[in-house]
Amino acid sequence: MSDTVKHSLLFAFVGLLILMEGATSFAGIFSGSWNSALVILNMGLISAIMALGVNLQWGFAGLFNVGIMGFTALGGLAVVLVSTSPTPGAFAAGGMGILMALVMGALTVVGAVAIYKFMKPGIARTLVLLAVLIAGFFIYRAIFDPSVEAVEAINPALEGNLGGLGLPVLLAWPAGGLLAAGAAWLIGKTALGLRSDYLAIATLGIAEIIISVLKNEDWLSRGVKNVVGLPRPVPYEVDLQNDPSFVERAATFGLDPVEGSTIFVKLGYSILFTVVLLALLWMAQMALKSPWGRMMRAIRDNEVAAEAMGKDVTRRHLQIFVLGSAICGLAGAMMTTLDSQLTPGTYNPLRFTFLIWVMVIVGGSGNNFGAVLGGMLIWFFWIKVEPMGIELIELLTTFMADDNWLKAHLIENASHMRLLTMGLILLLVLRFSPRGLIPEK
Amino acid sequence: MELLNALVAFTNFVGVPAIAYGSQLAIGALGVTLVYSVLRFSNFAHGDTMAFGTMVTILVTWLFQGAGISFGPLPTALLALPFGIAVTMGLVLFTDRTVYRFYREQKAKPVVFVMVSLGVMFMMNGLVRFIIGPGDQRFADGERFIISARDFKKMTGLDEGLAIKTSQGITVVTAIIVVALLFWFLNKTRTGKSMRAYSDNEDLALLSGINPERVVMYTWLIVATLATIAGVLYGLDKSFKPFTYFQLLLPIFASAIVGGLGSPIGAIAGGFIIAFSEVTITYAWKKVATYVLPETMAPDGLVQLLSTDYKFAVSFAILIIVLLFKPTGIFKGKSV
Repeated sequence: MSDTVKHSLLFAFVGLLILMEGATSFAGIFSGSWNSALVILNMGLISAIMALGVNLQWGFAGLFNVGIMGFTALGGLAVVLVSTSPTPGAFAAGGMGILMALVMGALTVVGAVAIYKFMKPGIARTLVLLAVLIAGFFIYRAIFDPSVEAVEAINPALEGNLGGLGLPVLLAWPAGGLLAAGAAWLIGKTALGLRSDYLAIATLGIAEIIISVLKNEDWLSRGVKNVVGLPRPVPYEVDLQNDPSFVERAATFGLDPVEGSTIFVKLGYSILFTVVLLALLWMAQMALKSPWGRMMRAIRDNEVAAEAMGKDVTRRHLQIFVLGSAICGLAGAMMTTLDSQLTPGTYNPLRFTFLIWVMVIVGGSGNNFGAVLGGMLIWFFWIKVEPMGIELIELLTTFMADDNWLKAHLIENASHMRLLTMGLILLLVLRFSPRGLIPEK
Repeated sequence: MELLNALVAFTNFVGVPAIAYGSQLAIGALGVTLVYSVLRFSNFAHGDTMAFGTMVTILVTWLFQGAGISFGPLPTALLALPFGIAVTMGLVLFTDRTVYRFYREQKAKPVVFVMVSLGVMFMMNGLVRFIIGPGDQRFADGERFIISARDFKKMTGLDEGLAIKTSQGITVVTAIIVVALLFWFLNKTRTGKSMRAYSDNEDLALLSGINPERVVMYTWLIVATLATIAGVLYGLDKSFKPFTYFQLLLPIFASAIVGGLGSPIGAIAGGFIIAFSEVTITYAWKKVATYVLPETMAPDGLVQLLSTDYKFAVSFAILIIVLLFKPTGIFKGKSV
């Protein structure tokens, strides 16, 4: 069997799993609902895009990024900043102040860097540096605090944040990519060029900090109060149900208006996401085959040799790190659009960082198709391991009495089987098939 | 008098908590640094090893409490600690046999090890949540305070109280004992010396007949002990929650890197640096300031540099500064 056939079969298998989810309710694993199948498909597509981004970093360049969650969350923030309508009066009340404070903060940092670069090392430099930083911080807080208070005081039950620009939500997707790229540039600039573990630790840190900023800066993202009702690129179910021509068309497929409209909306998302995924996949393939892609892999395989050939390893690493993170940001914006809400409290590194890693490793690092396959496949299992785990435990404990505490405990905690299974899959693949399902050519 | 009050308030809200937290971080960072220097990778599963050890200790503590065994004024968890350490040692050796050894034989790159440790982290995290659940567990019992704020006020006649929790006292005492034992072990015993030799120069150590598998085994045993102790102390002081332990990874890594990865003294220094900066930067200085400053200059706000939610940002910022200016850390760790 040639490789192409094998790989097509793998993709067909994932397609079959999703079709079975919609068509059958076999063994309690599949739900037999097309809505649920489309939900899995949509998140699978987004996961595939994230996996593509991570594959760019890890598969092409060997960079270990464990801050995917942070870049995803920045994408989500971009949706709020771009697509929500501006809060009336917020800009006049404190928006200017906040912007000025942020500019002031940035100026302080730039000034400190300049002083560090241009003054001679010594006590004088340290003192001036400290003075600039401390003064800058206090000025920043003096402008920032009252402005934030003013903004957060505006209708706190519903708004209390600056709001966004009120632009179409699709524009937020590239904006999410840009935001993530900016953060990645900052991190890459400091941690790349040092030993490989440092990038991992630095990205782990930045992800936690991005999440805590989103959780605590209410003026920006409403914090844990969440931003709900974000605009959507597809029509609302209710509008469709009130549209007689849609109801008629749904009836020709044998669907009632409610089911028809929900499926229609989800299909709309699926098409949008597929378009983005295919475009990115095409670009990633072109990049892989181009001289640039070959250079990246050469750097990955032997940094010293690549450096000897005159390649600037650190700069190339920075480049691909920013690109990969931007894709994660884009995917994050798409995810927030799909949920039509930003809930900073729900970002969890196990789900948003490490799961993506499992996808890339299982799919086949270094191969774009592998990343896409891994994204879809692992997402399906992530959703389905829970019912499977419960089934398995019920099967294993059938001999126990129903009021047995152990049985109750096991069933209650069966949902945590997810992490265990994902860890096991990761370890098994790394050990026995480190090149993944669709290996790099 | 005012100055004394300020000093007491400072000690109460910054000094004592930071010393306790710093000791916990230091013991945690020692584990990370040992794995790094002998096995040569950053162990992402360390936080979850701590969680696992703490979980076993908690389960044994509950068993003891159920059987009516207690440790007088001290928390029962201290009695359960050896059991927790033993079980964690078993688990860690098991993961080494089944997981890490294969890659060691292959001489895999460090980044592969890091990724494998991610898988281990995942599994341990799942295991802990599966057994004890993801919720908060408090298991401290016995006397709560060594000195309570009210007793202190009565004793000294000051306006400010100084409270020292039993858990904080135990943390510091245990940390001193653990660190002393560890340094004695590394510097005086044959096994400890062979560990240091192996970490300094693998080839030379092999030439002089050191058995690498033995060195690795001892390292894991020590790491399991350190992780469990750090986890239990943190849990006694605050509370046990699997996710919090996972999050402790960041300050622990920051401590180890600030001090210099691979340097035990550096890990201890790093732990205290991170803890003190975290606590001082997120502490609301209003109380201390009102005692020190003249009345007209008394501050209106809380005088808090950053809200406590940003404590990770502090360890992260320190980490970045160190990476920028001195990537090998204060005590010149190694950089492979």
